[in-house]
Amino acid sequence: MTKRAQSDMKHYVCDEPFDAQSIEKLTPEQEAVFLASQKKLMWWKFKRHKLAVICGAFLALMYLTTIFSEILAPYALETRNSKYIYAPPQALHLFHNGEFVGPFVYDYKSELDLNTLKRIYKPNTDKALKIRFFCRGDNYEFWGFIKSDFHLFCPQKKKPLFLLGADRLGRDVLSRMFYGARISLTIGLIGISISFTLGIIIGGLAGYYGGWIDLVVQRIIEVIQSLPTIPLWLALASIMPVTWSPILVYFGITIILGLIDWTGLARAVRSKLLALREEDYVLAARLMGASPGRIIGLHLVPGFMSHLIASATITIPTMILGETALSFLGLGLRPPIVSWGVLLNEAQNINVVALYPWLILPVVPVILVILAFNFFGDGLRDAADPYG
Amino acid sequence: MLSYLIKRAFYMVPTLVLTSILVFILIELPPGDYLESYVAELLSAGETVDPKEIIYLREEYGFDLPVWERYFKWASGLLVGDFGYSFEYQLPVNDVIGDRLLFTIIVTFFTIIFTWIIAFPIGIYSATHQYSWGDYGLTFFGLLGLATPNFLLALIMMYLANRWFGTSIGGLVDPEFVDQPFGWAKFVSVLEHLWIPVIVIGTSGTAAMVRRVRANLLDELRKPYVTTARAKGVPEFRGLMKYPFRMSLNFFIADIGGMLPQIISGAEIVAIVMSLETTGPLLIQALQSQDMYLAGSFLMMLSFLTVIGVLISDIALAILDPRIRLQGGVSR
Repeated sequence: MTKRAQSDMKHYVCDEPFDAQSIEKLTPEQEAVFLASQKKLMWWKFKRHKLAVICGAFLALMYLTTIFSEILAPYALETRNSKYIYAPPQALHLFHNGEFVGPFVYDYKSELDLNTLKRIYKPNTDKALKIRFFCRGDNYEFWGFIKSDFHLFCPQKKKPLFLLGADRLGRDVLSRMFYGARISLTIGLIGISISFTLGIIIGGLAGYYGGWIDLVVQRIIEVIQSLPTIPLWLALASIMPVTWSPILVYFGITIILGLIDWTGLARAVRSKLLALREEDYVLAARLMGASPGRIIGLHLVPGFMSHLIASATITIPTMILGETALSFLGLGLRPPIVSWGVLLNEAQNINVVALYPWLILPVVPVILVILAFNFFGDGLRDAADPYG
Repeated sequence: MLSYLIKRAFYMVPTLVLTSILVFILIELPPGDYLESYVAELLSAGETVDPKEIIYLREEYGFDLPVWERYFKWASGLLVGDFGYSFEYQLPVNDVIGDRLLFTIIVTFFTIIFTWIIAFPIGIYSATHQYSWGDYGLTFFGLLGLATPNFLLALIMMYLANRWFGTSIGGLVDPEFVDQPFGWAKFVSVLEHLWIPVIVIGTSGTAAMVRRVRANLLDELRKPYVTTARAKGVPEFRGLMKYPFRMSLNFFIADIGGMLPQIISGAEIVAIVMSLETTGPLLIQALQSQDMYLAGSFLMMLSFLTVIGVLISDIALAILDPRIRLQGGVSR
């Protein structure tokens, strides 16, 4: 039986032409991965970190709002409303007397408590104050030179709209937070670019040349890192003359933040360079007469740039917190410039926390932005090494 | 071991010298000096100023000397424990600082202990239960702690503490102890007040430390010897404590050095908000009124504290890990 079955089975030959390289052929998916550029690989890897993508989008949105602060804020920066000093946040409603009217707020009913001399605000539920959209409101100068009065949303004429309450001069906290974002968010970026430049140049020199340059740089880094940062900031901030204009102070603060922050980056650059400078391609470049600047800038640094950017992202929060802390103490930015730290300066007193808790609301964006930068930075760091 | 100790202690010298130069430059940089603002103050108060007196004061305090001479005067004073003279308090800096530095050290010490007590168990839990809900939750809380500005946490904690426990707001001791010498009753009072600043200052450090404990322990746990131990039937807890945990301790101690500047700076800002009698508020005041020797000596002492802290952590590390003392360097 078995013998017959064997002989019945014909020798099978596949009709298709034989391809000797068939094993080495890649499926389209594999091919896409193998041929992808490094940037593409990084992007794919980054995309897998869902939280980082969300945080990145959130940050992008925040930075986008800083471009349109004037339009997004319902009031102008310095609009005072003496009728609504320390007015609490108004609740946003949709239905008035069971009827849908769209987003609106109730006016305040205020009375003076004669015992504490404190104004007490209650919502006046008689009439709904509809929020106007795409409307004309307070005048402002867009980015300081285009006059306009267009807002995304604004209050009814002569009526209040304080979604996050008002401060001691009756200024809208929400509007001021929009303006504050512009300063607080950019200070981190400018500061980081200063520290980035310093870190690459100094760390690059130390790592490439080694020897006594390295020794000196190492000691300096050690000294700066051994000084407690906040006293150091305080000392540097007190150097700035009181007569400086707010803009100068702003740049002064960013430079201070950058001047102290570069040490970590310089260390990273140095240790990488110490390893990389022994590579053959560096020797080749040197033999062909490339200058040290060219070797560092063109051949060495780009090799780990993505790592640097990732680690820089993680230090931006420190800068934002630093500015907030300095301004909170009154040593950083001063009004009329508004940053989140300057806003929080109003809440320095514990009575404020007890009586007008909405004045500490500017801390919410601070926390959110810092969290987002942390997650985003984590994602970037993972993506910076797409082969790992 | 001894040679390592000597070598390590010797490394402190250039660091401290550089620091003192840096600090001196910092306090010299602001335009004008204390006498100028003093004179301006007198004039604005309507008092007459005798130019002779100013010249006398200038000579007395050495304002007419060249910068480097003043530096040497100050720096050589530091060596023998003479920190100069506070213009504002009309007292030697030593007398002004007195208790304040002690308080700073107490707060810092307890903050480190607090950080460890909290960070150890949480870090171990997070590492052994990686990607569990507990891990995610704790990580999130930790990040929240990192992201909240210290001073705000201080404000809120003060408010809550006063509301719920009736602890008097601000300060490190009850009012009746303020000018008393240090005794047991005062010490207890300090402990009663200490917990708020310690929690506030410790939070961000704890959060950072938990993350690092977790990462280090995870690295250790992935190594084959852990699998071997488990395969041989070593109980889970013992298998964790005996080797992987001890290995991750290394970094823990190396970290003290890095932690100290952070804690001290956190302490300064919290101290200002909570009006603690530590160095923070005095330092700011000194900086603002250009009371340069007071400010400079403060900065110098703070950095001296951190340098000592780093030294202690290095020595502890060398005792713990023979590889380090044989190599002679500390890798952080």
